[in-house]
Amino acid sequence: MAARAGGEAVPAARGRGGAPSFQRKGPPGGSRLAAIAGTRPAVRHGQLLLSTGLPSLDSVLGWCGAGSEEDKYGVYSHLLFKYFLAEGVVCGHDLFVASAKELPTSILKELPAPLLDNCRNEVGEEAAAVKSEDDSMQIAWRYQNLPKMEVNFDISLVSVRIFSLYVTLSARKLKFCVFFLNIAISSILKCVVKHFLLANSNMNCGYARLLQSIQKIIYQEGFDGSHPQKKQKNILRIGIQSLGSMLWDDDICCTENPENAHSITKFLYVLRGLLRKSLSACIITVPAHLIQNKAIMERVTNLSDVVVGLESFIGSERETNPLYKDYHGLIHVRQIPRLNCLICDVSDTKDLAFRLKRKQFTIEWVQDNYLRQERNIYPPGFSYLLKQKDSAWGEGSLQHSTFLMSFLAKGMGFPFFQLKLLLKEGFVLIKTGMLRDDSLRCSHTAV
Amino acid sequence: MGRSPLKWWLKTERGQLVFLEGLGSCLDVVFGQEQREEDVSDLRALFTFVQAALAPVDGDAWQGRVLLLDELGVLLSLGAAPVAVLDFVHYCRVAVCSRLQGNIVVLVHSNEDSGDKENELLVTALSHHSDLILWAEGLATGFCKDVHGQLKIIRRTSLRPGGERDSLQLYQYKIQERNVAFFARGMSAAVL
Repeated sequence: MAARAGGEAVPAARGRGGAPSFQRKGPPGGSRLAAIAGTRPAVRHGQLLLSTGLPSLDSVLGWCGAGSEEDKYGVYSHLLFKYFLAEGVVCGHDLFVASAKELPTSILKELPAPLLDNCRNEVGEEAAAVKSEDDSMQIAWRYQNLPKMEVNFDISLVSVRIFSLYVTLSARKLKFCVFFLNIAISSILKCVVKHFLLANSNMNCGYARLLQSIQKIIYQEGFDGSHPQKKQKNILRIGIQSLGSMLWDDDICCTENPENAHSITKFLYVLRGLLRKSLSACIITVPAHLIQNKAIMERVTNLSDVVVGLESFIGSERETNPLYKDYHGLIHVRQIPRLNCLICDVSDTKDLAFRLKRKQFTIEWVQDNYLRQERNIYPPGFSYLLKQKDSAWGEGSLQHSTFLMSFLAKGMGFPFFQLKLLLKEGFVLIKTGMLRDDSLRCSHTAV
Repeated sequence: MGRSPLKWWLKTERGQLVFLEGLGSCLDVVFGQEQREEDVSDLRALFTFVQAALAPVDGDAWQGRVLLLDELGVLLSLGAAPVAVLDFVHYCRVAVCSRLQGNIVVLVHSNEDSGDKENELLVTALSHHSDLILWAEGLATGFCKDVHGQLKIIRRTSLRPGGERDSLQLYQYKIQERNVAFFARGMSAAVL
């Protein structure tokens, strides 16, 4: 069941004609474009694009690559992971699943299946109904000009698949390879493996073995073009779960000064090299909240093509916040790839949240409560930074500062300024500015 | 400091560009058959390669040499100590700038609230030694569709004899597909 992507451009929320809902993969194609099922060529950059499995995520990211931060309880990142793999299965790609936590075969058994056509029509009607409501709603003129995030999907795009979380893929002939790190064995083999494998580095042996395994598969199955006559070209989708956690024998989650702080970054670097040289894409989930050394997370982000942070509301104060009652968490897009071009399609909307409905996982644009007030006053296209030094304050103080800001802004005619407001014991630093005229720059004013 | 997304395109005719791609070469190292010696903690081998690549060959008419180092932060991620990286840059400066009268261009990333102390150390040390700093960062006001960021050009005239102050120029830019448009602050095409 190889679903060919349509050749027409899909106008996504950004209004570009390009090929926004698919993602990049592998080395630059050339004449080999559009020959592989489930991909769409990006004519602009000569790259092949593939989908994450979530149309709303595709339209946010625009491209593919590697990387997704895990949310606190690992619930939602696991979903994204499964979507990615499921999309691969449906498109007929090959899969490589690596995990140290649970058996990869059990992950594969739980992959969501695509919704059937009649279900999609239902959802399509819902989406259409929602849209017409929005148009007729009388909202403040500012809101009308704000970009509307394309919710869910565009039903005219035939190749979009929506995965249902309750129906699992039937036992069809899945072409996959698995890598399961059995921790007991690795501790015994540690000293032996270290000598042989990578004498020039001291990468964690769990990672080293995983790399060897991936490289072997890529070479044997010809994803890097080494056996051109053997079989039809296909894509390898690699999924690695919980990289950096203790189950991979890495101690970056235990201590701030880990012994092998460079293991994970070396691993990512070499993996990136492998991905660049072959027709493959990789999704990795990383428990960022457990990694205590911020430097490592920054380096991991720098080494990835795409990084998406998932912040779930489970157990946090936002769970009871009425604004977020429809949502289960926020999405932070920390990095988007720029491959073969200077800039990629950047989504205009920055505040994204996700929700898990009965059958699917969607990503929507939501306004952060604290920025709502300012967005009422200032034109769109700007975001404002509000840093609180004293976290014990509640909403009251921010509203106070908002009032002050608006008062001052109206009085000064939108200048570029920087204010330090001293309120009670702490202070709030507000930075704002305007592009048109920054001649009225004033330095710190204590109020 | 934010990212500097500019890339420099060089002519590749007549062998004028020697390109070492770390990503590709590392695969040979990691998956190669031969055994490597004990790992060394400095970047001598890399410097040897640079020196060999830039050595003047008889009969060539190259006017000047430029060494482009894309992303020194990656060397830190791979396990090199900041001191080793700084030593490497120093050796390159001696070889390229003093002996061959060439130039070195180094790209580094940095964040305001970065927790990466080693990277910050590297960036600070490099900016002290540079003659020209091109500092690209996002706007303080946040994301904007029409202006992607601002570029500060700092000419370190204070390093030269005469002791003048550093000169600072500010431009804003918008990145297009294959081009970057620079303009003075407030002069974005969307505004005019």
